[in-house]
Parts: sequence; structure tokens; C-alpha cells
Amino acid sequence: MSGRPRREDAPRGVTAGLRLLALFLALLACVALATAVGAAPLSPGRVLAALTGGGDATTRGIVLDLRLPRAVQASLVGGGLAVAGASFQALLRNPLAEPYVLGVSGGAALGAVAALSLGFAAAGPWSLPLAAFAGALLAVGVVLVVAARTRPALDTRVLLLAGVVAGAFFNALIMLFLSLGRTETFRSAIFWMMGSLSGAGWSDTGLLALYVLPACALLMALARPLNLLAVGEETALYLGTRVEWTKRAVYLSTSLLVAATVAIAGAIGFVGLIVPHAIRLAWGSDHRFVLPASLLAGGAFLVLADTVARSALAPTELPVGVVTAIVGVPLFVVLLVRDSGGGSERIE
Amino acid sequence: MNGEAVFEVEGLGFRYGGASREAVSGVGFRVHPGELFGILGPNGSGKSTLLRLLLGILPPRSGAVRVLGRPLASWSRRELARRVGVVPQHEEVAFPLSVREMVAMGRYPHLGPWRSETSEDREAIGRALGRCDLEDVAGRPLSTLSGGELQLARLARALAQVPELLVLDEPTASLDLRHGMEIFGLLRDLAGPDGTTVVLVTHDLNAASRFADRLLLLERGRPAACGRPHQVLVRETVERVYGWPVRVTRHPGPGPDEGAPQVVPLAPATQAADPSARGRQP
Repeated sequence: MSGRPRREDAPRGVTAGLRLLALFLALLACVALATAVGAAPLSPGRVLAALTGGGDATTRGIVLDLRLPRAVQASLVGGGLAVAGASFQALLRNPLAEPYVLGVSGGAALGAVAALSLGFAAAGPWSLPLAAFAGALLAVGVVLVVAARTRPALDTRVLLLAGVVAGAFFNALIMLFLSLGRTETFRSAIFWMMGSLSGAGWSDTGLLALYVLPACALLMALARPLNLLAVGEETALYLGTRVEWTKRAVYLSTSLLVAATVAIAGAIGFVGLIVPHAIRLAWGSDHRFVLPASLLAGGAFLVLADTVARSALAPTELPVGVVTAIVGVPLFVVLLVRDSGGGSERIE
Repeated sequence: MNGEAVFEVEGLGFRYGGASREAVSGVGFRVHPGELFGILGPNGSGKSTLLRLLLGILPPRSGAVRVLGRPLASWSRRELARRVGVVPQHEEVAFPLSVREMVAMGRYPHLGPWRSETSEDREAIGRALGRCDLEDVAGRPLSTLSGGELQLARLARALAQVPELLVLDEPTASLDLRHGMEIFGLLRDLAGPDGTTVVLVTHDLNAASRFADRLLLLERGRPAACGRPHQVLVRETVERVYGWPVRVTRHPGPGPDEGAPQVVPLAPATQAADPSARGRQP
């Protein structure tokens, strides 16, 4: 009797490890593809030469200063959004929650649009992301203050409602700014609100990594309490979880994670929704696996989407949010239909 | 009864914000090690509120609770979870989960957020699955289980905690006859001088009478009776508390619970006998 679960458990850990390794290799493959594909297609040999310091200066410039930082940034943004989505879904006990559902993207967009309209954006390269980040923090603060005043504190229904309402309010303010602003403000604001990774460089990517990776590590460390929260707060409490503390830690780190990605790349939709959902459908809901898998798969997905965004209609560049939505929505519908059709074989 | 009381409750009172009367008022009792202790009462009589007070989810307005010899407030949630297993009444699992994953959650108080399962943990999970006869469905998603199996899985999760005290809120509500009896039989086996102490809230007076050592009957938040089943399930008391005519008979056996009082609800009093009755004539 005692031997049976042991036999069952060992391959499970190995399987999870192999799956993560496969996802990591897929992410590397996507990054490699992204360095070769674009307005100027490069052969794998030339990419490899550029990566190892050889080749001509132009190729090195394209690969090392344009495409590689952009691909790395896309993988950080995509991975961060997917981890944030998976964590929000566990926190709100709703598998269909977007990381933007709590108004963070609305706040960031408001900050960015305000900076664009009022002319702060021209002050320096960091003024736009800083304004967006400040807006996102404002949204987090507003939602937290509202939700912390309810009893029980941080009631997830109140959290959700406060987030949706704050988002709607910020959207109204954005429209107000835009209707009063100039046309070119409108254009860059729209592009920013749909999300874009153009203009990615090593310095902002490095800063993003310093932000995204610790937040993801913290959320992964909370994977087991998140599993328990998914069964219910009262049950989690009876099983010894520090429920209030966990909810606060998850809400804050997730919101700040989303704020950072939105400040750098704008509001890119659907990554945080479909990636964790697909992983749960395929491999089950244990967050100890779902979170690292989301980081890798979300990164790979956004690198691919960004490659499409900049090469499909080259030299015109599409907002990457348009690509994630156009690819993501049909994929999501397929997953949903398949799920309701024969969802019982999900867990082996 | 030897040893310290598992629960020691004195003058417990609680009022919900905005409520006009106390949901629980002046409740005091002791639960001894190895007992199967049943809490009974009509809907809204404060049973679930009392459980939440006993488990530290609600703060009492008056009175005191001691658990396993220590004041309730001195326990951290994790310390308490290592020794007390709880099966709450409602639970809605937000994501697909296998039976084994559900039961393995019972090891959380022993493992914490980071330590991985050792052979000791796996043995506890295996024993809990075996005890609840769930080994064959361990790999199945919870969503494919019947209501009876699901309830057993939640009980198995609490057993995987290897608790000294097991607390259950209406564990047999909405279960069919066989599954209900199986759960009561399982709880009876678990309880005993060298075993687990079991405290449960139930609406099933007759099963409680047959399987519990002692009962507490609540009436509008106050104790109406407390003691052995034949002391609590007395016709006058049950009729007053539930507001319905009953007859109390004896369980016909055979079995160790032969002769346990059994409550049979009667037809409502006729108009002739009681003019205030609701006049539901056959």
C-alpha cells in the first residue's frame, strides 16, 4: 500500500522536469528563430557567426543590438505576463482571469497617455515607462485600499470588482486625455495601449529582468499555498496556510510584475490568459509546475508573436497585442471546446 | 475519562455584526480524548458558527476555548493544522485536481511551502487513501467522482494530516444511505481510546444517536441538552427544539448500537389537537 504512491510519484517529478526542459528548449528555439527572421532575413550561419562575435558589422548590429535584446525582452514580458496570469487566476479562484482584470493596465495606460498628452514623454527615454509605472502603482494602490477595507480583508470578489471599476474609470480618463490631445499623441497612445516591443534595448531589458525574475521566483515559492487557495480560503486556513499573508504577497508581487511589463511594452493581451490555461488543460493544475511552465511557454509564445508582428507586413510593424489576440482567441476557443467536450482525461 | 480534555469550552458567546441576538450564547462543554462527539440542532441554531469558534475562524465575544490543553488563541494555524484535521461543509475546487493531489494537500502543515514529500508523507497519503477506499481512483480528476467519493476524498485529506482531532461540518449531508453510513462507520472506527477524537456537526439525529458517544443539542444558539444519546434524544426536548411532533423508538439491531434512541417524525398535529397548527390536512 505504501509502495504504490511512491512508484507513482517518482516518474511524476521526472515527467515534470522533462516537460520544463522541453519548454526551455522551445523557448531557445523561438529566440533563435527571432534572431534570423525579419525585414532582412539572415541565414542560421550568419546569425551564429554574429552571436560568436564574427561576421560583418551590420549583421552583428542587427542580431546583437536589435533582434536579440528584443527577443529576450519579449520572453521576459511574455513569461512575466503568463506567470502573473496564472497567479491571479489562483488568487481569484477563476481560471479565466486576465492579469489586466485588476485595472493595472488601465492605470499604466493612463500614466503613459498623460505623459504623452502633457508632453512629459519627450523629457527623456525613461519618462514614458516611469509615467506608466506610476500609473500602474496608482491603480494597485486604489484597488488595494478599497479591498483592504472590506471584511474579510482582501475579499477576492471585492478585489475583482474594485479592479474592474478602477479600470473603467482609468479608461474614461484616457479617453478624456485623448479627445483633448493631438492626433500624433492619439497614434502613439493607441500603439502603446495595444502593446509593442519596438525600441527594445539591452538596458531596459536588463532592468526588466531584474524586476520580472525575482517576482516570478517569489510567486513560484508560493506555489503550494496557491494550490491550497484554489480549494478555498477556509480549507487553506484549516491546512495551516497563512491565507491573508499569501493573498497580499501574491497580489502585490503580481501587480508589480504586470506594472513593470506594461510600463516597458504596453498592455499586451491574452498571453496571461491563454498560456496558463493551456498548460492547466494539458498537464494539470499543480502550481509548482504551472508557474515555471507558464514562464517558459509565455516567453516562447510572445517571442513568436513578436516575430510575426514585425515580419508579417514588413516593413510595417503590427502592434504585438493585435497578433496575440488574433492568434490567441481562436486557440482559446479550441481549447475551451475541447475542454468541455472531453475534459475528464486531463490528469493522467 | 483519562487525559486532558481535547476541547474545553466555557460560556462561549458570539454575535454576528448587525444581528439582534447572539448566534451562540452560553455554550460550554468538554470533549474527551477518543470520543465521537456530535453537535445537533435545527437550521440556524448556531452549529456551524460554534464549529468556527472552536476552530478560531471567528473570534468569540465571550467565553473561552481550550484545544488540546492550550488556549485556542495561542495556536498558530500551522501548529493547529498539524494536530487538527477539518472537513468544512462547502468547498469549490477552482481548478482540475486529481484525488491524490487533493489528499496530498493534507501534508501541507507538516511540509510547509517548500519541503518536498518524503516517504513518511507518501505513507500517510497512501494510508489515508486506503482507509477511505480511494486507492483505485487516486489518479482520477475530482470532477469525475460521485458526491460520496468526493466526500471521502476530503475526509482522506484530513486523515493525511494524521490528526489527533478531526472536526467535520455535516459530512454526510447530501450523501445517499450507503455512503452516509460508510462515513459514520469510518468515523466510529477512527474514534476510540487510542484513536482520534472526532467532533462533527450533523442533521442526522438517528445516525448521531447510533454512532456518537455524546451529543450536544443546540437551540437558537444555546445548549438545550448535552450528554449520552438517550439523555439528549428525549421526545419532549426534540419536539421543543425542532418544533415538530416525534416519537422516540429504539434501534432494533442487531449490532453494537442496538437499542439506541431513534427519532421518528410524526404527521403534524391535527387541528383538533392543536388549533395553531398549519392545517395541512391529509
